[in-house]
Amino acid sequence: MANLKLTNVAKAYGDVTVLKDINLEINEGELVVFVGPSGCGKSTLLRMIAGLERITDGTLAIDDVKMNDVPPAQRGIAMVFQSYALYPHMTVRDNMAFALNIAKMPKAEIEKAVNDAAAKLQLTEYLDRLPKALSGGQRQRVAIGRAIVRDPKIYLFDEPLSNLDAALRVATRIEIAQLKEAMPESTMVYVTHDQVEAMTLASRIVVLANKGIAQVGTPLELYEKPENEFVAQFIGSPAMNLIAGEVIETGAETVVALEGGGVARSKVPTVASDLGTHVNIGVRPEDLVVTDGTPLYQAKVEITEALGEVTLLYFEKGTRSEAVIAKLPGIHATAKGETVSLTAPAEKVHIFADGQSLLYR
Amino acid sequence: MEQLFWALFTVVIGVFGCVLYFFLSNMILDRIYPAKGPNAGRNINRAARIRPWLFMFPALFLLTMYLLYPVVISVWLSFHGSDGDEFIGGGNYAWLLSDEKFAESMKNNMLWLIVVPAGSTFFGLIAAALTDRIKWGNFAKSLIFMPMAISFVGASVIWKFVYDYRAEGEAQIGLLNAIVTYFGGAPQAWITVPFWNSFFLMAILIWIQTGFAMVILSAALRGISEETIEAAILDGANPFQIFWKIKVPQIWGTIAVVWTTITILVLKVFDIVLAMTNGQWGSQVLANLMFDWMFRGLDIGRASTVALVIMLLVTPIMVWNIRNARREMV
Repeated sequence: MANLKLTNVAKAYGDVTVLKDINLEINEGELVVFVGPSGCGKSTLLRMIAGLERITDGTLAIDDVKMNDVPPAQRGIAMVFQSYALYPHMTVRDNMAFALNIAKMPKAEIEKAVNDAAAKLQLTEYLDRLPKALSGGQRQRVAIGRAIVRDPKIYLFDEPLSNLDAALRVATRIEIAQLKEAMPESTMVYVTHDQVEAMTLASRIVVLANKGIAQVGTPLELYEKPENEFVAQFIGSPAMNLIAGEVIETGAETVVALEGGGVARSKVPTVASDLGTHVNIGVRPEDLVVTDGTPLYQAKVEITEALGEVTLLYFEKGTRSEAVIAKLPGIHATAKGETVSLTAPAEKVHIFADGQSLLYR
Repeated sequence: MEQLFWALFTVVIGVFGCVLYFFLSNMILDRIYPAKGPNAGRNINRAARIRPWLFMFPALFLLTMYLLYPVVISVWLSFHGSDGDEFIGGGNYAWLLSDEKFAESMKNNMLWLIVVPAGSTFFGLIAAALTDRIKWGNFAKSLIFMPMAISFVGASVIWKFVYDYRAEGEAQIGLLNAIVTYFGGAPQAWITVPFWNSFFLMAILIWIQTGFAMVILSAALRGISEETIEAAILDGANPFQIFWKIKVPQIWGTIAVVWTTITILVLKVFDIVLAMTNGQWGSQVLANLMFDWMFRGLDIGRASTVALVIMLLVTPIMVWNIRNARREMV
């Protein structure tokens, strides 16, 4: 129903810059997820879109209309808060009807909008209860219902699942996905720090880091072709292994000699001038395989975690700051201190120079 | 010097008296039920059952002495004549029902009861909401709270100047008359104007109690979740709607406690009336009526009857208030 455009948006509290140079276009019908580490400004960005925080610099446009100075209620947005923010003194019905009452909508229309939303969210039998008489999941649904009745152009979700327990979180996540499916034209912006939520819900993910956008893309783009080391390590669990090395062969297939004596082959193309460049290769734990040939990485196992479906091997750190981790399928009996040789298929090996992927030059 | 000595002596006696009481009473208990010998177990149990009462006895004794006994005696006195000796049955109550001053006091007390708690709570709420939003709010708060530190009589003296009246032709020194004459009105002897003078007295108590209401309500307002307010902003509510429809309903419990606390205080209102009008010009209230009959009319029976009426009026509000406060604390 609407698109959203951020142009050079920045936010500063006094002299402290929290966000800068945010350029982002969100199209109608998309569910865009903002992820990032704590304090990266993802919630601040959402609150700026909502109008709860002033935009220090840049332009926010909804449907090509500049919204910087438009009061929150007239932006055509609705927000679902982390703590639900239900009005504790009002029944579920009144909570959902509040915005419509304020807008002086005719009583019959309000009634219908509330009943429709309640039916959609299985809240009909709870309409006359107070929020305190509801479970956490039900409260969350009321908060979503309060957004739905307003029929907004854009839905904003601020970590809506973080107050729910693990089982309920999965269930509600699926409900939100279904809700999105039922309202295909609605545009949604969703903030979370949970990458599983991001990967499962998003049509596109915006990774925020270092006061700006680290990468925008579909979940699988971020996973398969991270633009930089930050995104590479942020998406996926355990995080991608980074190993330092030097380019020794360039061309359609690049060969990197790694510290510790390993050799990595990558499908990332390089040019002759890259020869001798110091780079980090990145390889995901799940892409590592045991090999008898030339190893990409070879070290002694420090800890083995057998999870049944996969086995995680943590290698001795040596001079590295972080242990290399391998995620091998099935059960893999390995003794502590045993030396294991690993390699990875060339198409799964990423190359980063100065933190940026060589794929995106 | 002698007074100082006696004061010190009393303090020492009081403190050591307490220590001695607890020490001796517990020692005697342990003598009677020693925690050894063939019946040690049974003795310990019995001593444990008695011991709490040893500790509670002083408090219970004082409460009985200074609360229960006066109530009982007041009831007894209310059935007796002016010197408290002669039994006159319901005579005092009959007098009460037909007494004009009592009717006036009841009417005025009811007015006080409505106006002062309502006024103090309302202004306190507004002050709390406004001071939370401005930079010098804390300074404003301390100014508004300041009258709480002034005794009722002191406040009355201050307000006597506000309402002061000088005969026509003389320079008016009262603030209110100054304002009235500035706008071309005729100066008035405000506190002698029947009916309205009660309201001028009420203004004093409102002035004092607004600070109390403000402090409590301000704390309650700060306890409201910020997200519900942001949600209301997104829902399109304007500041007035946010205040009256979102904030105030969330602190109803606290408002009720503030309201009833002030109500109880108002029922006992005495000092202001005594200092300002002494109940003349139709401004009498129950507490001052009681005082009048006790120390001026010298009729202990009638004074006790009025006192009982005040107690009857206060009790239900008190019970409700304590219950409510307890619920708020949980």
